[in-house]
Amino acid sequence: MKPPILEIAALSKIYKQAGKSIHALREITLAIAPQDIYGIIGLSGAGKSTLIRCLAKLIEPTSGKILFDRLDISDLKGKNLRNFRLEIGMVFQHFNLLSSRTVAGNVAYPLEIAGTPVAEQKRGVDELLQLVGLSAKKEAYPCCLSGGEKQRVGIARALANAPKVLFCDEATSSLDPRTTKEILDLLRTVNKEKGVTIVLITHDMEVIKRICNKVAVLEEGRIVENGPVSQIFAEPQHPTTKHFIQGSCHEIPEEFFKSPSPHRKLLRLRFKGAAAGEPLISQIVKKYHVEANILLGWIDRLRTGTVGTLIVELTGTAEGIFGSLEYLAEKTVHHEVLQRYES
Amino acid sequence: MSPNINLALELLPLQLWNTLYMVFTSTFFAVLIGLPIGVILTITDKGHIKENPGLYKALEFIVNVGRSFPFAILLVALIPFTRWLVGTSLGTSASIVPLTIAAIPFVARLIEMSLKEVDPHILEAAIVMGSTPWQIIKKVLLQEALPSILSAVTLTLVNLIGYSAMAGLVGGGGLGQVAIQYGYHRFNTFIMGATVILLILLVQGVQWVGNRAVQSILKKRGKRP
Repeated sequence: MKPPILEIAALSKIYKQAGKSIHALREITLAIAPQDIYGIIGLSGAGKSTLIRCLAKLIEPTSGKILFDRLDISDLKGKNLRNFRLEIGMVFQHFNLLSSRTVAGNVAYPLEIAGTPVAEQKRGVDELLQLVGLSAKKEAYPCCLSGGEKQRVGIARALANAPKVLFCDEATSSLDPRTTKEILDLLRTVNKEKGVTIVLITHDMEVIKRICNKVAVLEEGRIVENGPVSQIFAEPQHPTTKHFIQGSCHEIPEEFFKSPSPHRKLLRLRFKGAAAGEPLISQIVKKYHVEANILLGWIDRLRTGTVGTLIVELTGTAEGIFGSLEYLAEKTVHHEVLQRYES
Repeated sequence: MSPNINLALELLPLQLWNTLYMVFTSTFFAVLIGLPIGVILTITDKGHIKENPGLYKALEFIVNVGRSFPFAILLVALIPFTRWLVGTSLGTSASIVPLTIAAIPFVARLIEMSLKEVDPHILEAAIVMGSTPWQIIKKVLLQEALPSILSAVTLTLVNLIGYSAMAGLVGGGGLGQVAIQYGYHRFNTFIMGATVILLILLVQGVQWVGNRAVQSILKKRGKRP
């Protein structure tokens, strides 16, 4: 395995505010491999902004270490710090383009400050604008662009100095769903073609599903769960992760939670890989003489594969249900018994 | 032709020129010195790229002291300094000294206000791209705030037209001197009226040009003026 491009060790950040200490980050430890698209998901206030700003060295952590390509960034100052920043790129939620420059001027800015010769700058700008599909708007000013176009400029600008890592700070949070998809596809293309590692923070599981291969779930400054996206989707452990995965569109009516008994269980089953290809429900119905009432089912298409989810009500003898659960576990289907609404 | 018109034609073009010379020269020097002070006030303030509370407070104190002097008092108080610098305390060239000194803290404050309007997120983007402080000042702050800086320069010009008339009261030359010598001391209402009208036109003209310049930049950048 390749050594990680970004290693975060026991990173903590404490803000002092009006005499109180606020723990924004608590002992964050993560390793991000080259060419990962690593998603960090959390609700507002979970600490994701603080984390990504520490990684870009816009703020200083209280303790802990960040190794960028094996270089400890905590002591970087002046020229060394600026050189580090030429090796990273950052894309922002509100684009943060220079209103005084055209599209081409904005993309040229990072090349200018890196001291690239003018002829090379021009070539670089043309190439980048072609990559993000904005060649036609080269001479336009940011004010005249749509949100999606502005973000394309933001991405082109962030890529100008061929960074090793691209940080995306809620890059799609102020875009509509369709534009979000376009921008995510562009990030995916950039990741594939330029081999750039992407670290993104978001509160939107769709973003993770669409482009990430790894994910970390952040809550109150802690990583509560992390790993490959397909694994987290198929076998979420932490309630916050489950909440993110479940989303808001798959709510089960209250009455189904009324009478949990040994004879009746409400289950959520998650299938991935080979399990998705077997008729498991009809097998348990035959084998254990239980009745299965399918309430809900959907498929999540992840970048790394597909995860199917079923909400099933099983009725039968206690032994039958117990046997069914054992059988499902044996077939590596992740299941959990639903008691009540999960908020 | 009436003697009044003759007198006006003889006096006013030259004195209008003197006023323009005083106002534009002192604005030039005031911006030359006030702009860097405004930049330093901006970048040394809390949370900015070169935070330095000591320098900020010291500079702010000086600017505030400078701004609290009434111009009439500054005019008189600076006479020895002007005499040392220009060789005389009379005439248009001499007036440029107090006008410039009065305008410097004013310009510095206006520039500071303009630069602080620049969206801090844009600065953050510039920082994270690896800009040096000098690149941020030159390529980001001053460029982004250009329309606002031009408005500030226009405001300074208009203010200095008013101040220059005051300088005329104590022998500074220009339209103010015409107004006091002919209009006030010799009760020549015609000359007084003509001077006032010229001053009004001058202020309107400067403001119009300034506004047009600001609007054309905003329009180019696609923002509604």
